[in-house]
Amino acid sequence: MHEPHTAEHAHPQLGFWRKYVFSTDHKIIGIQYMITAMAMAVVGGTLSMLMRYQLAWPSLLSPTMAKIMPDAFAGGVMKPEFYVSLVTMHGTIMVFFLFTAVLTGGFGNFLIPLQVGARDMAFPFLNALSYWVFLLSCIVIFSALFVEGGAPLGGWTAYAPLNAIPAAGPGQGTGMTLWITAIALFSVSGLMGGLNYITTILTLRTKGMSMMRLPLTQWSLLVTSILGLLAFPVLLAAGILLLFDRVGGTSFFVPAGIIMNQVPLMDHSGGHPLLWQHLFWFFGHPEVYIVILPAMGMASDILSTFCRKPIFSYRMMVYSMVAIAALSFIVWGHHMFVSGMNPFLGSVFTLTTLLIAVPSAIKTFNWIGTVWGARIRFTVPALFAIAFVSLFVSGGISGIFLGTSAADIQLQDTYFVVAHFHLVMAIAPLFAAFGGVYYWFPKIFGRSMNMTLGKIHFWVSFIGVYSVFFPMHILGIGGQMRRIYDPTQYDFLKPQQPLNEFITVAAFILGAAQLIFLFNFYWSIFLGKRMTERNPWHATTLEWTVPSPPGHGNFGDELPTVHRWPFDYSVPGEKEDFIPQTVPATVVAH
Amino acid sequence: MSGVVLAALLLILIVASLYLFVAKPYWFPVLASVHGGSIDSLFSTVLVVSGIVFIIVQGMLGFFVARYGQSGNERASYWHDNPKAEAILLISTAVILTILVFMGQRVWASIYFVDAPADALVIQVTGEQFSWNFHYPGPDGAFGRTDPKMITSANNIGLDRSDPPAKDDIVTVGEMHVLAGRPVKVRIRSKDVIHSFFLPNLRVKQDAVPGMAIEVWFTPNRPGAYEIACAELCGLAHYRMRGFLTIDDSQENFNKWLQQKAAEQ
Repeated sequence: MHEPHTAEHAHPQLGFWRKYVFSTDHKIIGIQYMITAMAMAVVGGTLSMLMRYQLAWPSLLSPTMAKIMPDAFAGGVMKPEFYVSLVTMHGTIMVFFLFTAVLTGGFGNFLIPLQVGARDMAFPFLNALSYWVFLLSCIVIFSALFVEGGAPLGGWTAYAPLNAIPAAGPGQGTGMTLWITAIALFSVSGLMGGLNYITTILTLRTKGMSMMRLPLTQWSLLVTSILGLLAFPVLLAAGILLLFDRVGGTSFFVPAGIIMNQVPLMDHSGGHPLLWQHLFWFFGHPEVYIVILPAMGMASDILSTFCRKPIFSYRMMVYSMVAIAALSFIVWGHHMFVSGMNPFLGSVFTLTTLLIAVPSAIKTFNWIGTVWGARIRFTVPALFAIAFVSLFVSGGISGIFLGTSAADIQLQDTYFVVAHFHLVMAIAPLFAAFGGVYYWFPKIFGRSMNMTLGKIHFWVSFIGVYSVFFPMHILGIGGQMRRIYDPTQYDFLKPQQPLNEFITVAAFILGAAQLIFLFNFYWSIFLGKRMTERNPWHATTLEWTVPSPPGHGNFGDELPTVHRWPFDYSVPGEKEDFIPQTVPATVVAH
Repeated sequence: MSGVVLAALLLILIVASLYLFVAKPYWFPVLASVHGGSIDSLFSTVLVVSGIVFIIVQGMLGFFVARYGQSGNERASYWHDNPKAEAILLISTAVILTILVFMGQRVWASIYFVDAPADALVIQVTGEQFSWNFHYPGPDGAFGRTDPKMITSANNIGLDRSDPPAKDDIVTVGEMHVLAGRPVKVRIRSKDVIHSFFLPNLRVKQDAVPGMAIEVWFTPNRPGAYEIACAELCGLAHYRMRGFLTIDDSQENFNKWLQQKAAEQ
């Protein structure tokens, strides 16, 4: 089939470096984000495997590990400071450098111009700059693993004063300073990206692409970008204040009278540790939705495509996303029920927190409503999108326990919390992202991933994630604290140790399944089956009307005109069971 | 085929969660406080409500993926709005959640908005990397003055023994005794970083924040030996910031311990 290349001809041919490395093309930048985030995920995932190893067999001597990492495993047993630095780096890498980066930076970059009908982002240079600053932040956070004293050990939430005082532990010196630097760079990169995404979606939509004709992926990316634009500056400011406390002698978060290792800290007074928590979670809770919203959007579109049925209640899907975004700024205190915050605020935050469960529940009902009466094509992306719904429900429901302040007293800082947030904001988004990769891969690279390997990857992962994260609820009910190096230190936790061993074995299998994905991904880029079709899934959105991969400028000589919403699947009386958005209205109008 | 397998896995998920949450092969640590009973029953209420929702939603998802796989040239139904159903779901979700909020707030209020009884035993708890210090006022019921400048490795909390109320004060490291049936008010502080005072059996958890003195109270009611943990990441040895709690069964045993500790001061 002959593909028109008129758009490409309009541009001078660029050399390899300008085309694939220092590119300002949103598609290349999207791929760069995706591949960098995947590399960070390999690092973050490896750290979690080491954590699981330690939690299952805390005092097992391992001469092999002592040979591989002589510093961390001095004498054959993992050092406790190494364990807590694994905790910190795993959380930081996964939340920021994988999920935030891959969903908005990766998918957002690739999909926004293609789905709204634009030739590129509104500010291509800013877009490229955003990626390069992101890459720099990745290098800085990665380097924290190798500096004197090791990586920071204060957790991804970086509570003060533990993280404000370099003497508070190994890794709290150079390692922590690098952590703050990396997060500050990441925030700046996110702001440049977010500004671009918002402007592009609002101003560069093609003719006929009204807001209520946007795919849900686009709505989710728009809402997420607005959240990021409002939340990241707070993190950036808080990080700078924390840096001042560490190196500039200020006391934003450090009160007077601290005695560290029997040595009084004389040069601080007047700060408050809870100020950090308020600032961090004012960012941190919207951040949860920065991760989950794009996953919801992508899963919705993929689900509808393979159900061959319109998404149920598009309007409510949009409104609930906006509601979630607005409410996400007034729920942060539910991370702080037992922090020493005024208990009256605990009541207020319980109310707002359960309020935000309403739009989340609505979205769940709508996904179920989409599957109801569908004719599902069980492709790999479809399986991941369906599993996303199941995982989001499982992870979301445990949030009701934690949001109820009185029940949270016992559950706070236990594995119940670990189970909850992994399922709802890590595993569910991960599944949506996997679905997205399998779904858009043909468009991105012009080749298809191997679907047999894809199915193996799906089934092992689906069973794996439930085996790993569901029993963690039980560990938490039993009282196992988060971030502890050795649960067997406590008599009341010892009976649960078989569960820890089970989870670790499941985690190793789950980790191995991800190697199948990595192999499939890279193998398919170069050797996957070539796509001759533009629209292999028979989808309706604009990106499927252009060649795979799309040329520079995306849309040939003329930008497409949009005539309908993106969910015209199985319209009665039509020959095909899908009508692309570019087809003029004939039978059914929207 | 995939749909049936996925449905079977969702069914296994439902059965497995029923086993874990109903048969309870592992569950909360043994309860040893009065208010803990209301926390546990609140948990059970939320569990029943959310468990029903969990089973219905996962069950429907499983049923639909098994039922609505593609077959031949059949078309999916074309419907995408049902304002009435949406309104009913929205309102019922909101009503259920509101009820849960109020049930939860009754328990929360009973714990935090009620002052400790006047006869409560007051204990000052001070966290530090990586141990818990307990400060009892002694027979005079008054705490002696503490001064950070007097902190040494032998005097963890910097108690000024020259202050008259301090003469009979008792300070222990990692060891706490209370009396079954007598309310206890703990005043929680930290010397260095944030810790969290966690009594798993008593359903008590309160962060220890440097610069703050935070009070919580509870009534232990089941004599026995229990563990104290730190629930907030506080540094490399966070995992072994462990303490021991004894709930004495009689005033005599409690007094005996106090006297023994007083002799060690």
